[in-house]
Amino acid sequence: MIGEEEMNSTGKTFLTDYLLHLADDALILGHRNSEWCGHGPILEQDIALTNISLDLIGQARSLYQYAANILNESHPARNVSEDTLAYLRDNREFKNCLLVEMPNGDWAHTILRQFFFSTYQFFLYEKLVGSVNDTIAAISAKAIKEVTYHLRWSGEWVIRLGDGTDESKERLLKAFDMLWPFTGELFHMVEYEIVAADLGIGADLNLLRSKWDEKLKIVFQEAGILSIIENKIKPGSNWMQSGGKIGKHSEHLGFILAELQFMQRAYPNSEW
Amino acid sequence: MRNQVDISSAEISEILEEVMDPEIPVLSVNDLGIVRDISVKDKAVQVTITPTYMGCPAMDMIAATIKMTLLSHGFTDVSIRQVLSPAWTTDWISEKGKQKLLEYGIAPPNSKPQFCNTEFFTANEAVQCPHCSSWNTKRISEFGATACKALYQCADCKEPFDYFKCH
Ligand SMILES: [Zn+2]
Repeated sequence: MIGEEEMNSTGKTFLTDYLLHLADDALILGHRNSEWCGHGPILEQDIALTNISLDLIGQARSLYQYAANILNESHPARNVSEDTLAYLRDNREFKNCLLVEMPNGDWAHTILRQFFFSTYQFFLYEKLVGSVNDTIAAISAKAIKEVTYHLRWSGEWVIRLGDGTDESKERLLKAFDMLWPFTGELFHMVEYEIVAADLGIGADLNLLRSKWDEKLKIVFQEAGILSIIENKIKPGSNWMQSGGKIGKHSEHLGFILAELQFMQRAYPNSEW
Repeated sequence: MRNQVDISSAEISEILEEVMDPEIPVLSVNDLGIVRDISVKDKAVQVTITPTYMGCPAMDMIAATIKMTLLSHGFTDVSIRQVLSPAWTTDWISEKGKQKLLEYGIAPPNSKPQFCNTEFFTANEAVQCPHCSSWNTKRISEFGATACKALYQCADCKEPFDYFKCH
């Protein structure tokens, strides 16, 4: 596999960094959504969101397993596993985007966060299906089928909220103002992404951006809010937050990890 | 694919009929189409399986059950390999499996998925009620009790039912 050879020959860790970034995005959003379990507005939507959590955590598992294999090949004594990667890394080692660690807020916040992310993930995996790295291509080919459902479900909800009552529209617009500054990071390429894209392993995110913009406009138009937010979504019209991909997180991630990692930290090596 | 000329692997395939999907206990792993390869070298048996959904919690249990079942049939060297590619699709559910789903009260996946795209509010996929065979059904939710199912309701007999959604 090109990715692994390249890494071994240059001694660079870009491939595992890239895998951890993809996995961390999926794990953290999966965890956030799982916080809704038992609290959804109606049973069917509660189940929908927990199903999406399960899909995301499943994607994270496959990516962590692959990353663990690579890490163990170079340092067998480290005995890395999907579990140690999820449960025993610290805040600064996580490479997820800031968007996915944002608090759930109300239903509109959760839906809009999911819609921003699923749209991004759909176009990302669409590209990664053609990765020169066979494992990434295989994971992406499976994941994109699931993400298609996530994108449609969240997009329909954005439309429903925007086109619903005055209150649902107001809440959606509030969520937009809160979350929009965290969307720029999705497409802001950091070093491991640039290297991965150059080698044909990863995706050139600049090429995904216009597709993402296009999908958003369709949905916001349908939701009846495009004219209200049109000026805000113009490129460069908003200060964008970033840093998550290189381990600089908001205070929220610490609280997520405190809960996510509690069992393994308190009772090391505990199992089901 | 399975090595048909090797009698031992055919025998093993026969034994795998006993291993059921824990979430849909009428379907064997063969019916589900997740057994991708069976290889027998000397006395070592390797069964290659592929997950339906990546987050499917049943996969680890299925892998363990296959191993236990083969061990209980006297095989001592058994390993289970999981592969992701090519990605599983509902097309791999056998005809027998689809029939079993129907009898169990789950609408089997339509053979021609009409539905796997990102268009919003598309017309509901036409799904036949497994109880009264009516086509007058509607989707309640795309996400059901497990990752592989959507929730439907029949407008004629009023019964809710699961649909094994296209994937
Ligand atoms: Zn009926």
